[in-house]
Amino acid sequence: MADHGIHVRLCQSGPIPLDAALDCAPGEVLALVGPSGSGKTTILRAIAGLLRVRDGAIACNGDCWFDAQRDVFVAARRRRVGYVFQSYALFPHLSALHNVMEAMLELPVAERERRARDVLARVRLSGLEDRVPAALSGGQQQRVAVARALAREPRVLLLDEPFSAVDRATRQRLYRELAELRRELAMPVILVTHDLDEALMLADRLCVLHQGRTLQSGAPYDVMTRPGTVEVAQLVGLRNVFRAGVLAHDSARGVTFIEWRKHRLEARLQRDFAVGQQVTWVIPQGHIVLHRRDRPSRGERENPVSGAVLECLPLGENVALTVAVNGPDRPPLFLTVPAHTARRNGIAQGVEIGVSLLAEGIHLMPADETRTPARPA
Amino acid sequence: MDWSALGLSLKLAAWTVLILLPLGIWAGHALAAHQFRGKAWVEALLALPLVLPPTVLGYYLLVAMGGASPVGQFYESWVGRPLVFSFEGLLVASVLFNIPFAIQPMQRGFESIAPEVRDAAACCGLSRWRTLWRIELPLAWPGILSAMVLTFAHTLGEFGVVLMVGGSIPGETKTVAIAIYDRVQAFDTAGAGVMSAALLLISLIAIGAAYFTTSRSRLRRRG
Repeated sequence: MADHGIHVRLCQSGPIPLDAALDCAPGEVLALVGPSGSGKTTILRAIAGLLRVRDGAIACNGDCWFDAQRDVFVAARRRRVGYVFQSYALFPHLSALHNVMEAMLELPVAERERRARDVLARVRLSGLEDRVPAALSGGQQQRVAVARALAREPRVLLLDEPFSAVDRATRQRLYRELAELRRELAMPVILVTHDLDEALMLADRLCVLHQGRTLQSGAPYDVMTRPGTVEVAQLVGLRNVFRAGVLAHDSARGVTFIEWRKHRLEARLQRDFAVGQQVTWVIPQGHIVLHRRDRPSRGERENPVSGAVLECLPLGENVALTVAVNGPDRPPLFLTVPAHTARRNGIAQGVEIGVSLLAEGIHLMPADETRTPARPA
Repeated sequence: MDWSALGLSLKLAAWTVLILLPLGIWAGHALAAHQFRGKAWVEALLALPLVLPPTVLGYYLLVAMGGASPVGQFYESWVGRPLVFSFEGLLVASVLFNIPFAIQPMQRGFESIAPEVRDAAACCGLSRWRTLWRIELPLAWPGILSAMVLTFAHTLGEFGVVLMVGGSIPGETKTVAIAIYDRVQAFDTAGAGVMSAALLLISLIAIGAAYFTTSRSRLRRRG
């Protein structure tokens, strides 16, 4: 176990089942993502020492915080953890300044106040020090919570869905602020979120959780476009999950050929799968390109497939299309196109359209017999 | 106006509040913060004085503290006089009878604190005492104040238990509520009226002051 950063292994069968392993290096932002009830907050609480799980170990910068085997459990107040709660959990009767000062009790009072003012200035709250939380906006409260968490000079910063209680505009502003702030932070930062876009924007690494199990960790873009299993694919919102057979590998061209519904598709070279093997494959919607109906182009030669539009659903500036490829009885292809593109191409329900499945976006996974997507084929 | 009875009632109420304050904080905090098997039964037991007729409670206390009981015998051998029909006996009865009035509002006060706030205090490095002193007590203050006022006002007006355990010894156990009853029995309605009005006024001032203080602290918290 390396000395730097935080290393977490948690295991228990109940009351909240956990089988989680994660590591976060100093200065790194690790996003824990998963649906509600997947155990994200439970893991965060266990790291903070607010919850004791049955089995496992937690070490931070070489210090053991928890080791079930050796019966070690360091109390939350001794762990030096900065925790930003989903509801912020500010002390409602204390001013912003005193909220922050409470986190630095080991300092003399005068020094405490000076430092608290500095930290509040760092999160752009100068001038609002004397306000109680109720007199601050949601975004300002979140900043006080961040300031309080940082004031303790924590060895790990835990952020539990810190952006969920603010409006969209404030959230965008807070994203920028956190992105700026994190450059100055030298400790591991663990961010819990169920918003994949948020994770993509803020995190260096992503860890997908489901029912208390950590399923896959990696760079956010990799996890979201190259899931390890069908379960992860579904959890990161990939809807185009199908089955196919591996036809051949062409190392020279960096291509693996698969057969899907009598189409011979080119995929990025993935030699882990043997020729003849049945696989599950996914493609993110961003790798599906709509063919122009009035003017064919060269790009259309890449994995062209066609089908009738089953559903054409306007979603703000975009239109979500469901396309029946090789018949309406098989799982359809999902893609989203800008509304103006849909209009220009006269796309409507029942219209026959062509799309290209970009080879780079086709990702193969082991065929999953037990946990299959809805009617993969 | 029986000043001695009024003074005794105020003294009894003050002592009852003083004893139940730390006890109520401890029990209210423990009941709010912990879940344990049999908690409902403990809460039911503590609430019992609310539903028991005062004479029933008074009777049991009279038996439990009387000269024939181990408690009564122990007290008498230790202090040299009986526990029943004394101010101390009255105080014990008053404390027991006021338990629900003290503990329940305090428990609700502690329960009103979001669990995350306690978690945040732990993550900030606050000790248990510091968390209680700086965070929990100020936040539970409206409940604590209500408990103190209710206990005080309820003690002033208590009649049944006081009569059973204390009798009506002037200057020792004759409280204002009993003095009012005595005056009515003696057809001195004017005297009873003055004392009733005094009791009404004191209770009103105490409750009014409590409401005022709590609403002010809530307003302050709202910024």
